Amino acid sequence: MSVGAPRALASSGQKPITEILHPLSAAEEPLSATVGGDKQEVGLTNGTPVETSSPASTSSLFNRLQLDDDLEADVRDPYADSSETRDLFVTVDDPKKHVSTMETYITYRVSTKTSRVEFDLPEYCVRRRYQDFDWLRIKLEDSQPTHLIPPLPEKFVMKGVVDRFSEEFVETRMKALDKFLKRVADHPVLSFNPHLNAFLTAKDLNKRQGLALLSKVGESVKHVAGGYKLRARPAEFCAMGEYLDTFNQKLGTIDRIAQRILKEQSEYLTELREYGSVYSSWVGSEDELLRPLEGVAGCVTTSCGALEDLGENMSQDFLPVLREYVLYIESMKNVLRKRDQSQAEYEGRLEAAILRKQEDRTPMPVEVEKCQDKMECFNADLKADWERWQSNKRQDFKQLLTGMADRNINSYEKSQAAWESLITLLQDKQTEDKTSETN
Amino acid sequence: MMADSGSNEEVAVIGNTDITSTESESNIINTMVERETALLRKMEINVAEAEKRTGKNTVNMQETYTVYLIEIRKAHKQSQRPAETVPGVGAPAAPDTLWRRYSDFELLRTFLLVTYPYIIIPPLPEKRAEFQWHKLSADNLDPDFVERRRVGLENFLLRVASHPVLSNDKIFFFFLTEEKGWREAVLETGFQDKADSRLKSLSAMFRVKNPDKRFTAMKQYSDELNTVISQLLRVRARVADRLYGVYKVHGNYGRVFSEWSAIEKEMGDGLQSAGHHMDTYAASIDDILEEEEHYADQLKEYLFYTDAVRSVCKKHDLIQYELEMAAQDLVSKKQQREELATGTVRVFSLKGMTSKLFGTESQEQRESRLAALEQSIQEGEEALKEKNTECQEFVQMAWEDIERFKEQKDKDLREALISYAIMQISMCKKGIQVWSNAKECFNKM
Repeated sequence: MSVGAPRALASSGQKPITEILHPLSAAEEPLSATVGGDKQEVGLTNGTPVETSSPASTSSLFNRLQLDDDLEADVRDPYADSSETRDLFVTVDDPKKHVSTMETYITYRVSTKTSRVEFDLPEYCVRRRYQDFDWLRIKLEDSQPTHLIPPLPEKFVMKGVVDRFSEEFVETRMKALDKFLKRVADHPVLSFNPHLNAFLTAKDLNKRQGLALLSKVGESVKHVAGGYKLRARPAEFCAMGEYLDTFNQKLGTIDRIAQRILKEQSEYLTELREYGSVYSSWVGSEDELLRPLEGVAGCVTTSCGALEDLGENMSQDFLPVLREYVLYIESMKNVLRKRDQSQAEYEGRLEAAILRKQEDRTPMPVEVEKCQDKMECFNADLKADWERWQSNKRQDFKQLLTGMADRNINSYEKSQAAWESLITLLQDKQTEDKTSETN
Repeated sequence: MMADSGSNEEVAVIGNTDITSTESESNIINTMVERETALLRKMEINVAEAEKRTGKNTVNMQETYTVYLIEIRKAHKQSQRPAETVPGVGAPAAPDTLWRRYSDFELLRTFLLVTYPYIIIPPLPEKRAEFQWHKLSADNLDPDFVERRRVGLENFLLRVASHPVLSNDKIFFFFLTEEKGWREAVLETGFQDKADSRLKSLSAMFRVKNPDKRFTAMKQYSDELNTVISQLLRVRARVADRLYGVYKVHGNYGRVFSEWSAIEKEMGDGLQSAGHHMDTYAASIDDILEEEEHYADQLKEYLFYTDAVRSVCKKHDLIQYELEMAAQDLVSKKQQREELATGTVRVFSLKGMTSKLFGTESQEQRESRLAALEQSIQEGEEALKEKNTECQEFVQMAWEDIERFKEQKDKDLREALISYAIMQISMCKKGIQVWSNAKECFNKM
């Protein structure tokens, strides 16, 4: 997963700690070997003691790797949750409705458990509303423009079409917010963002106050002039773009199919319910057939219940994840576009500088070098994030699709059990004349 | 071709026994009431094949119709359980065969209806496809429809052949044995006249003063059964339609997974194979629903049976009514005699009034009238006695057949429901299998 060793970043000036970690794999240990206060053993695998003075030194990188007891495990299984290496756990739960004179809204409890030194306390518990998450996301995008920020569930819902306070809606949204926060917390760079810290810890999130710690890279990328045209996009980024477009298309198709299935299943369910009720009404005229008819009516009802559950599950768990990934793709495409801009700017400035150089022999200006750094940093960040995204995507879809299979299996199993117990019940009454066999 | 009962040695097998596509161990054989009639002791009956023919019809126009091959074999020795097969010693003899078309069956049935009005005559499979869910063809020449009809016709013959009364009918015997000349033989019985009067009586409106409670109850039950089975068949067709839609849409997953797998590296294989399983799932509904049609056919048979029950009850009503009329007629004649004899007018009669208005008649006239009345009364008493006997015999035979029918119905429908449950289990198992396979592929992604 690692990208080639980054160029020395000294020319970009002192970068915050958070910027240094990206070349490492997703299973990396966050930087905890800061000056003082580190209780864990420092040393390479062969026992050589290691310097911990400079956070940026490669030795400290090894150090961080060493602190992870389960590094081996992660190397073996790249898809293992890095839960053993994680030291930041976040959860979103407990939705509550707040009614005030001005508005009604939902807040969620955001719980944090951490051993990181960036946090004053090991545990936090705050309440946040959607607006706050939105704020966080915007801040992350602004401060980490070279990184892929996970998506939020959709902001706007049509009043009157969707009930914003219905249990299902709130539940679905909460799960998506939880996922968002977990993805951020798992990100080796984003998880150290001070805005995230504020989000997780501050009693009152004062969103008007912009926090002072904006990276210079962030600022400079924001000021990229729009007028530059990209010459040639490197093949790997082209491939990314194409992949995203096709994947987006396929996700859209899958979404439509899933919705269509839900619709067909719902209509099937309606008919099936009536079907069951006809058997029930037949019971009234019969004597000997009472038991079997009641039994069949019962089994049909059980099947209806199973089908109902299936539909609910698919609607609440399956579709939202698909839609989330569509948003994710949009985010990723935005990042690709920004990368393109960064490259375009560099190429533009370079060209201008070369022309000027030819005229009056001035040395390569610092701005051009800065641009180059920016671009290469961007490329590296992007590639790392891409890999991580691909890996997560694979996990997520594996889980999503096996979940779908499981739910369908479950639905059939419930139905089968009902019919089988009916057979047993009826077979017990069979006379010797009958020659039926059951399995 | 022939989705017939397992082997030709099985006797009296109705309905579909071909659940081969499902669990082999969950094999239900629908057996009708195992009456060993004299006829069935002699022969085994099969409707083995169906064939298309073209020919000129009565108005000299070309038409295409289907004929069915009836096979008659000498019955094998029966074991204790008639449904088990006992292989015969030596090679089985070639069966006697003849071809009949649907209208021949119809003629046979009409004959039986007229000749045995106190018997609930087994119904024929439907002439035209009804209660179809949209994918099934309503075309009479559609091979699936023809096949199901073949099974239904065999069913009909076996029902008649196992009936204690009907199995002894000569015309039925000739139907099975004489290809040519059978139609003429039927017409020669003169049943046509009876057929017309029967139709008239069925549609006649009359009120019975003292209806037999048992028959009233039976008619009501039969109407209820008719209503509920019609409802059931209608809703079932809609359910089948919807289920078809659900399964088929899943086929789209197959295509999109395949397309998606093309842009993936590690995920590609898993996705592609999962897609194939989705295709399999979508395709599986065709067999599932085809099988369910057999259940629908079993229900339909009893739906049509209710018409037969109704007409027996109606016939009883008619006889009862005629009996009441005959009794009433006798009573009024006797009263007239009394009046004439005693000279008192108790009941209004036109003759009485006119004689009052225009003067009494002579002694001679009165005596001749009295004599005629006596004669009429005697005839009336004879007629009443006959009608009474007829009614009692009818009631006895009809009620016996009704009891037999009730028992048969309970058994058959119970079997049908059980086999329906087995079909559902099989469908669930198939579904679980496919989704488990797909899940395995997803796990490999």
